[in-house]
Amino acid sequence: MTDTPAIAIAEPVEALRRAQQGKSYWKRVWERLRRDKVTLAMAAILIALLTMVIFAPWFTAHDPYQGSVLRRLKPIGFPGHWLGTDEVGRDLWSRMVYGGRLSLLAGVMPVFLALLVGGFLGILAGYAGGLVNSAIMRLADVLYAFPSILLAIAITGILGAGLKNTILALTIAFVPPLVRISEAVTTQARHLDFVEAARASGAGTMRILQYHILSNVLGPILVYATSLISIGIILAAGLSFLGLGVTPPNAEWGLMLNNLRQALWVDPVICALPGVMIFITSMCFNLLSDGLRQAMDVRL
Amino acid sequence: MRPLLAVDGLTKHFPLRGGPLNRTKAVVQAVDDVSFEVGAGETLGIVGESGCGKSTTARLLMHLVPLDHGTIAFDGKAVGAGAGLSRRDLHRQMQMVFQDSYASLNPRLPVAMSIAFGPLVHGLAKSASLARARDLLQAVGLDPMLFANRYPHELSGGQRQRINVARALALEPRLVILDEAVSALDKSIEAQVLNLLIDIKEQFDLTYIFISHDLNVVRFISDRVLVMYLGKVVELGPVDRIYREPRHPYTKALLSAMPSMDPRRRTMDAPLSGDPPNPINPPSGCRFRTRCPFAEAVCADVPPTLTMGHDGRAVACHMLVSGSGHRRA
Repeated sequence: MTDTPAIAIAEPVEALRRAQQGKSYWKRVWERLRRDKVTLAMAAILIALLTMVIFAPWFTAHDPYQGSVLRRLKPIGFPGHWLGTDEVGRDLWSRMVYGGRLSLLAGVMPVFLALLVGGFLGILAGYAGGLVNSAIMRLADVLYAFPSILLAIAITGILGAGLKNTILALTIAFVPPLVRISEAVTTQARHLDFVEAARASGAGTMRILQYHILSNVLGPILVYATSLISIGIILAAGLSFLGLGVTPPNAEWGLMLNNLRQALWVDPVICALPGVMIFITSMCFNLLSDGLRQAMDVRL
Repeated sequence: MRPLLAVDGLTKHFPLRGGPLNRTKAVVQAVDDVSFEVGAGETLGIVGESGCGKSTTARLLMHLVPLDHGTIAFDGKAVGAGAGLSRRDLHRQMQMVFQDSYASLNPRLPVAMSIAFGPLVHGLAKSASLARARDLLQAVGLDPMLFANRYPHELSGGQRQRINVARALALEPRLVILDEAVSALDKSIEAQVLNLLIDIKEQFDLTYIFISHDLNVVRFISDRVLVMYLGKVVELGPVDRIYREPRHPYTKALLSAMPSMDPRRRTMDAPLSGDPPNPINPPSGCRFRTRCPFAEAVCADVPPTLTMGHDGRAVACHMLVSGSGHRRA
């Protein structure tokens, strides 16, 4: 009985100390994200999709490029080809899985590249201000004046079809919006008092960017970039559909959609399958980006 | 004795640009020919209405905005490119506490890191910088064990302002500019922070420039006070004498507008009416003449100069200069 007070005092202090250890912003975001079932589900679907696409040979029994004239346009549930076959008798399931490789690559890669280029230019423009800002932003405005699909079509039209050119074209199309958003959030952050206080402590530009600007602008920029991925996938598929993207016989959802178009009257369900994949993937990225935006919007 | 900070002819005009060719349409004369000195160990209060150039003066002193004209000398050394003291050196000697305790802390950094940032960029190791931050937390009355790893939104306004004070002290400056540092706080918290500032001043051997619109607070903490009106210094002198016997009509009006607890000291004079004129194209001559009850023709023609009297007080008013042309002179 006599030593209870000591424990009673020590314990709350310890508990208080642990409770008061500040939680970083990203820890809070993660906590909110963990409670968001929809976003978690979307992330799970995308991870499953990604695993399947990366380890495609493990998930498929047939060569996606090996056709058979005898087994053209078999319906769903055909023995040996559970999703049926396409117009030249290739296994549709294999082509869907392998097609995801190019579709995802052509959708995600441009956003990633544009994030590097556009993010850098935007933060530079926002932080430097003045003439640098005007030069970068007016240049971005010129590109921004064209709708991104038109810009992508024009660029692939000039450079020619192919995966590399598709990625390049979409990268160029995505740089202006990313420059915009990065510039906007950086300009906003630059005028906050704590940046001024950092300057007043004699810090150089790099240190201020590293400690004070990046931590406050990367979140919104990343959220915006994830929302671009869904558009990227649709645009990449669109370019392939138009014959400006990936070239046959490569498996790619947009291209498959175009090829299967001829068989629309024979088996409409099979024709729609690549479209369904495009829809699911792009919707997952969209909802994931929405969830991220909500989780990051922590009122501090 | 050599002053710690000597400011001479400080001027900042902000051009307002606009139109298709981005021409300068007008000029805001935010700070115009301001000169003063701050002795080591004293507290200079700067008072004035909103928009009179108090904060711009602070930012000019910190070199956060480039100045148009004028010189700033710290401890006898001129500040600026090619001069005796670089900006970086100046920031080691002179620090600032901002008004908005929340906006002046990075929401993504634990407060200890915000405090340690200054020493870190001046070459101190990260662990040593954080150790100093913990010491400073202790000095401003916050237990480092409880507060070091917290984020700004987890603190109250008073606690945040203590963090800001600690941050300002992190580079061991000799002069601290407090720009409305307590204005946004509740009265009881304000008193606590003011007492903290007084303690710290003694402990770290500091000199303060205390900017505020709150006349009572300035009287409490300052040794000397500088009254600004529309970017100009109108009166400068020891705080007791200015509060007891203001000479400039603006200072008189300002002080008579100050609430007093003493019924015998209540004034029947009408305080100032209206807003200060626009600092874009301020009135000619004396800038206060449009609201001054004693304004005469000379006030519109000749800008009064700040003349230092033998008693350490300076006033910029024609009425106090004999032969100025004003009937009351």
